[in-house]
Amino acid sequence: MAADARRKDIRVDLQIIADMIEPGSRVLDVGCADGALLDYLVHFKQVDGRGIELTWEGVNACVGSGLSVIQGDADTDLKDYPDQAFDYVVLSQTLQTMHAPRTAVEELLRIGRRAIVSFPNFAHWRLRLYLLLHGRMPMSETLPYQWYDTPNIHFCTIKDFVALCEEVGITIERSISLDHNGTQRRIRTALFSANLFGEQAVFLLRR
Amino acid sequence: MTPTQPHIASSPNGRQLPGHRVMLGRERPLRLDCGVELADFPVAYQTYGRLNAERSNAILVCHALTGDQFVAEPHPVTGGPGWWDLMVGPGKPLDTDRFFVLCANILGGCMGTAGPREDDPATGRPWGLHFPVITIADMVRAQAMLLDHLGIEQVFMVIGGSMGGMQVLDLAATYPHRVFAAVPIAAAAHHSAQNIAFHEVGRQAIMADPDWCGGDYLSEGRHPHRGLAVARMAAHITYLSEGALHRKFGRRLQDRDVVTFGFDADFQVESYLRHQGHAFVQRFDANSYLYITRAMDYFDMAAAYGGVLADAFRDTPVRFCVISFTSDWLYPTAESRQIVHALNAVAANVSFAEIVSDSGHDAFLLDEPEFHRVLRGFINGAAEHRGLPRAAS
Repeated sequence: MAADARRKDIRVDLQIIADMIEPGSRVLDVGCADGALLDYLVHFKQVDGRGIELTWEGVNACVGSGLSVIQGDADTDLKDYPDQAFDYVVLSQTLQTMHAPRTAVEELLRIGRRAIVSFPNFAHWRLRLYLLLHGRMPMSETLPYQWYDTPNIHFCTIKDFVALCEEVGITIERSISLDHNGTQRRIRTALFSANLFGEQAVFLLRR
Repeated sequence: MTPTQPHIASSPNGRQLPGHRVMLGRERPLRLDCGVELADFPVAYQTYGRLNAERSNAILVCHALTGDQFVAEPHPVTGGPGWWDLMVGPGKPLDTDRFFVLCANILGGCMGTAGPREDDPATGRPWGLHFPVITIADMVRAQAMLLDHLGIEQVFMVIGGSMGGMQVLDLAATYPHRVFAAVPIAAAAHHSAQNIAFHEVGRQAIMADPDWCGGDYLSEGRHPHRGLAVARMAAHITYLSEGALHRKFGRRLQDRDVVTFGFDADFQVESYLRHQGHAFVQRFDANSYLYITRAMDYFDMAAAYGGVLADAFRDTPVRFCVISFTSDWLYPTAESRQIVHALNAVAANVSFAEIVSDSGHDAFLLDEPEFHRVLRGFINGAAEHRGLPRAAS
């Protein structure tokens, strides 16, 4: 498929990630779903892109559109990759589903020179209010699951993630929060408001 | 392309075979793993589509244990459709409008390439058990010699299922710069104890047939058809799955309403297996079956690389697409996953899809739309990277 025939519009959080990636670099997308980000990166940023995806529907969609994607589990399969094999390792909207998020983040920075991590912010004011008013596990457009059938087993807030990075000795190069209507905030200079108004966050990390 | 030598191959039932046949190893013999050198040996092959001017659009298909070079045309012995008719042809995943598809009968085979059924040039009599024991790596060396002969420096893709997949892995590891993309399907990087065990049952069935004559049946004018048929029947079960057998046959009876209280083929599944065995012996050579199963048993890629499979692929430039099937218990997904882990360990460019199917190991030969869709996507992606023209839409 020619580049101009491909969709240039990707989800805004994916666009933020794509903008962090240097053209022509080597990228591993962990939990790449249907390959929307990888496809964009391969065709508009000429990256050497690879992906790991858990669901066979996602994998087959990716491979079927010519992307180099393997069926695998981010919790168990990252250890196979050699040190510093990629320029960027992306973990997009997947951290909260992992059994060992801290180990995972460390693995990302072993495999890649930089890691890009995005996740839903559990401290968003709507979720806080939902819990306060209803006394039940918050649900929203971006978090549509009941507590008993959610794949999201390790929620965190933007503050939590910043603290984790400090604890593990990870440098945050860039960090952006994204609110409901697409407004972006720089987390570093506005941690309090980002943590309150950001629905999701994107972090560019290095050792 | 016309054959450069006027040799004509013949099938196990004595028919002349269509396609090409070339004598290889005349100047530089093929040195086999067992130490023997094969000089001036025949390789029979078939081609579909046209080689482009740059010689960059070749797809080498590696056939499985009982396959042959007649990939996409009526079989010259059985008259049945080519074994990968669904995959190879105009507009099909291996699109012969775009690609030059090439398949050679493997070394040790019985459809025109050097093997125990062919004559030993030293004696003028069939090789029989005097044919040297060969390995998957030897088959691959012969494939590379054929590519040399055809003037193809690098194939766009090498693809194969089962033992074909083993050759794909070996070719990609041994000749990484001669392969742009590699697709091992329903394969493994080594033969498991279970696989060796099933092969041994087959070999013992052949050798227990009095008509085998210690391997010298061709000179004696006899054929161990019963032993070979039993070997095929046992193996055929391993190519299916419990689910597929149940779906196809269940406990249904064959042309009767009640069991006969005898040992006739009461059940449909019995009748089916007998038919499979009977059809197989018309087109296959018993000694070939011994040699090829042996080659598969000996296959252990990691062992050839100091026990570390990843070392077989270090710095590989090849784009891999590994495919397995959920109900394949002969080469289960776990074994494909080992290959993927090894490729990941060297950060190779690899795709890996497990296809949901209840057809067992044979799924790679069947009409599995998801499998074909995934493969089409991989081929198109690889072709784009190789700079080959796009598929006509």
